[in-house]
Amino acid sequence: MKKVYVNEEWCLACHLCEYYCAAANSGAENMVKAFANGNKPIPRIQVEEGSGINFAVQCRHCDNPLCVKGCITGALSVKDGVISCDESRCVGCYTCVLSCPYGCIVTSENSKVIQKCDLCVKNNNGDPACVKGCPNKAIVLEER
Amino acid sequence: MALNYFQPLFEVIRDKDRCIKCRACERQCANEVHKYDGDLDKMVSDSHTCVDCQRCVCICPTQALKIVDNPNTFRNNSNWSQQIMTEVYKQAETGGVLLSAMGNPKEYPVYWDKILLNASQVTNPPIDPLREPMESKVFLGKKPKNVTFNEDGSVNTKTSPTLELSTPIMFSAMSYGSISRNAHESLARAATELGIYYNTGEGGLHKDFYQYGPNTIVQVASGRFGVFKDYLETGAAIEIKMGQGAKPGIGGHLPGAKILEDVSRTRMIPMGTDAISPAPHHDIYSIEDLRQLVFSLKEATEYKKPVIVKIAAVHNVAAIASGIARSGADIIAIDGYRGGTGAAPTRIRDNVGIPIELALASVDQRLRDEGIRNEVSIVVAGSIRSSSDVVKAIALGADACYIGTAVLLSLGCHLCRSCQTGKCNWGIATQRPDLVKRLNPEIGYKRLVNLVHAWDHEIKEMMGGMGINSIEALRGNRLMLRGIGLNEKELEILGIQHAGQ
Amino acid sequence: MKKYVIIGNSAAAIGAVQGIRSVDGEGLITVISDEPYHTYSRPLISYWLEGKVDDEKIYYREPDFYEKNNVMTMFGTRAVKIGDGYVTLENGGKVQYDKLLVATGSKPFVPPMAGLENVKDKFTFMNWDSAKAIKEKVKENTKVLIIGAGLIGLKCAEALYRLKADITVVDLADRILPSILDVRAGEIMQKHIEDKGTKFILGASVEQFAENSAKLTNGMTVDFDIVVVAVGVRPNTELVSEAGGKVEKGIITDMTQLTTIPDVYAAGDCTVSHDCSSGTDRILALLPNAFMQGEVAGKNMAGKEAYYLNAIPMNAIGFYGLHIITAGSYDGEAFVEENAEKEQYKKLVMKDGLLKGYILMGDVARAGIYTSMIKEQIPLADVDIELLKTKPQMMMFGKARRDEKLAGKIG
Repeated sequence: MKKVYVNEEWCLACHLCEYYCAAANSGAENMVKAFANGNKPIPRIQVEEGSGINFAVQCRHCDNPLCVKGCITGALSVKDGVISCDESRCVGCYTCVLSCPYGCIVTSENSKVIQKCDLCVKNNNGDPACVKGCPNKAIVLEER
Repeated sequence: MALNYFQPLFEVIRDKDRCIKCRACERQCANEVHKYDGDLDKMVSDSHTCVDCQRCVCICPTQALKIVDNPNTFRNNSNWSQQIMTEVYKQAETGGVLLSAMGNPKEYPVYWDKILLNASQVTNPPIDPLREPMESKVFLGKKPKNVTFNEDGSVNTKTSPTLELSTPIMFSAMSYGSISRNAHESLARAATELGIYYNTGEGGLHKDFYQYGPNTIVQVASGRFGVFKDYLETGAAIEIKMGQGAKPGIGGHLPGAKILEDVSRTRMIPMGTDAISPAPHHDIYSIEDLRQLVFSLKEATEYKKPVIVKIAAVHNVAAIASGIARSGADIIAIDGYRGGTGAAPTRIRDNVGIPIELALASVDQRLRDEGIRNEVSIVVAGSIRSSSDVVKAIALGADACYIGTAVLLSLGCHLCRSCQTGKCNWGIATQRPDLVKRLNPEIGYKRLVNLVHAWDHEIKEMMGGMGINSIEALRGNRLMLRGIGLNEKELEILGIQHAGQ
Repeated sequence: MKKYVIIGNSAAAIGAVQGIRSVDGEGLITVISDEPYHTYSRPLISYWLEGKVDDEKIYYREPDFYEKNNVMTMFGTRAVKIGDGYVTLENGGKVQYDKLLVATGSKPFVPPMAGLENVKDKFTFMNWDSAKAIKEKVKENTKVLIIGAGLIGLKCAEALYRLKADITVVDLADRILPSILDVRAGEIMQKHIEDKGTKFILGASVEQFAENSAKLTNGMTVDFDIVVVAVGVRPNTELVSEAGGKVEKGIITDMTQLTTIPDVYAAGDCTVSHDCSSGTDRILALLPNAFMQGEVAGKNMAGKEAYYLNAIPMNAIGFYGLHIITAGSYDGEAFVEENAEKEQYKKLVMKDGLLKGYILMGDVARAGIYTSMIKEQIPLADVDIELLKTKPQMMMFGKARRDEKLAGKIG
């Protein structure tokens, strides 16, 4: 299955993936609208910056998904290899945050439920916004 | 300094309705123009250090940025222009030589734009390159004057070593050091995929790039940096650099700050020392001396590789070229006054040398007149901007063209002409690791391949229009050219007629 | 065609169904449950009680889950005996099995308390029925006495707080949530809850119940309308022990979840797990644990080898809006960071060159990275300890391990 991978060598820590992700998942028509009026939609990808090393991390869509197995409500499920969250069933218990070995389940103060990468299956037919938006091809969607 | 005599050249215009404060501009500007102000909760900018490289404009996800010329103006004066005044202020402040980068930006005539191409009508009909074979392959090097025969009566097919190009385009010399490793990798990979050549410049060849040797021209310049046996043997051809179009008559100077570990090893000089290329080769004061170096290099590489001699286009270029053709060199490269550079004194760049169009025409004519045109191939450089420039150059007599600035543009360069600062935001003219990584060779080399493929298509299209199906038949075919808006003298030098004639 | 029988209808049972069906799409699966409901999520009963989750959303799997997985269900049916290839039901019926899973969970433990029989409205808080019973009795300002300041007691308290009940929590221990928090974290949480108006009386127990009041051992008297007893749970092990299976604190199984009785597996809160963070055997009454044990059991029942390893105690839970994530054991050298104003607390426990446990309160982002370090027993020598202490992040791992984890370069 094609997954999103990040090549540390080319990640510039520009953080644009976070913005493209947040905007794509905000439901807004474009980036300006997504962030208008002080809105701060949450990205499901996070850039880690170090001395000379940067990379973005988002859901690995594990074959053995601890988040799905641990989900207390059944909100998290796997379909065609893509792990997604039915936000109407999530109660924000954060058991998935506890379980995810990559720290890829995202929480925020203004939303009680969790958010996670679904490879843009819901908002863009599986054409991930982070991959499209990366200016240096550090983020790729490929089979490995 | 309490009084600032000159103002920023540019102004950053930020559309506050579009800016989402993502800070990408801040993170991507090595000149620290943009900054997020937490107290104001907005992005602010300081235009003083802006070089108009357009990186922020390109990276901004909401197209909220524009860089414009600073509308602040000194009182209009046709003689003392704002730029000239600013330069005086700068020098009064620093006492230093003005430095610039990339090619001469002044308003001198561009002869390519005053030459028109022919097309066939009715007789000798045009050729459709999509339907019929069309040859853009060229060979660079010495060509035999006559057909000769072996003792058994068969044709002698042995020739001097040549370079085979899939299309008459090569990437100009740009050293590792002046440009980044990733830029170099992009060039090397693209040249290999395209079946053409790139040129190491005077920076030596990084070990990692030896694998691209068959598509590499290795340069030997006055500093002799990085020159040794393996280097010479790895390249497909050797270029002796006598001069450079952007700064004829002077040498080069790569500041010690750019001589980091890898560059130091590749150039074979200690880390942190300035790399100074002298103005002359200290062993070359005559054509005879040049001939010695040409043959030394040939001897060292067992006469298997063609030798190129590169000169800047200067006033007596035709006579010099004639000498070079007699020196044993296989190829002459001529670099016009608009050629690019990583750093040159502004006055030299803007005032020394001659246009490549005129230089090419006179060199080709001179060598033909002297009956030695076959002794050398001619490669021209110094602002070949498009495929039509290539076609015109070939019709004027060139065998191939070097392209440099167009290559850099393909890699992202926006001609801010600040290479000398080492803070290239596009990851090209810099050695700062955080900036270098901005140029992913995977992207870079594909863009170069795209560019050359596009030009090759266009070259064939134009050739087809002229009813020509082979580059060989276009070379020196000045009947295909007409001048427009040129005076008698210019037409005479170019060896072409005026449009309508 | 194999006959699978599962006793129980919660996480372990669902895990088992999924486990079996990942191997055997044909076999006959029967789920027997004494509750009359489709599978629902136990931890959600507090959310249901407060009204955050309705009848539709309390279900752990979609309504057609059993249909889709071709499972026969016998809800509202209690199994009373197992053995010799048959499950005997309360009504005398028998269900034949080739492989059996006991996923009976646990039941609330109500210790003897003087006068408790006098209390009319007394409840436990373990299943949907108990939540329903409580809901009927609670209105605004209803005085609720909760015995037990553990996870269940406080989750119940939170739900009732949202219903604007007047809540007093009594516990014999001198601190709250002792099973998952250390003293300091407990204090912060206690203050947080107290600030919302819930009262704690700690270090005390009920000496004597009257119909609507309780006299405590410390001399105080608490008036109440209802009492919720949440002092602990006991695993439902009787089916296995009566059939001759080994039971200690809970049902004993091997790593394949097989009990000491042939063809009888057990999973979930009724079993004992090996906690790899402390090296001890204990009951890990956690939903993720139950599901994964069930899944492993299911696979083995269907004939595919699978093992349940790397279990650790862990909890993600929130009270009155303050989140806590904890995992592992707290025996070792501790690194502690606290920001009381922001109600943030962090404790990392290290021992034998490994991260053994942690407590995160307030800021729980990316806690799973710590969890994975404990479960995978990644040596501290292989990570940047300063980064580890700062926050959970992939940067703390070296490039090779990062590549392995993120870039899909290995495995």
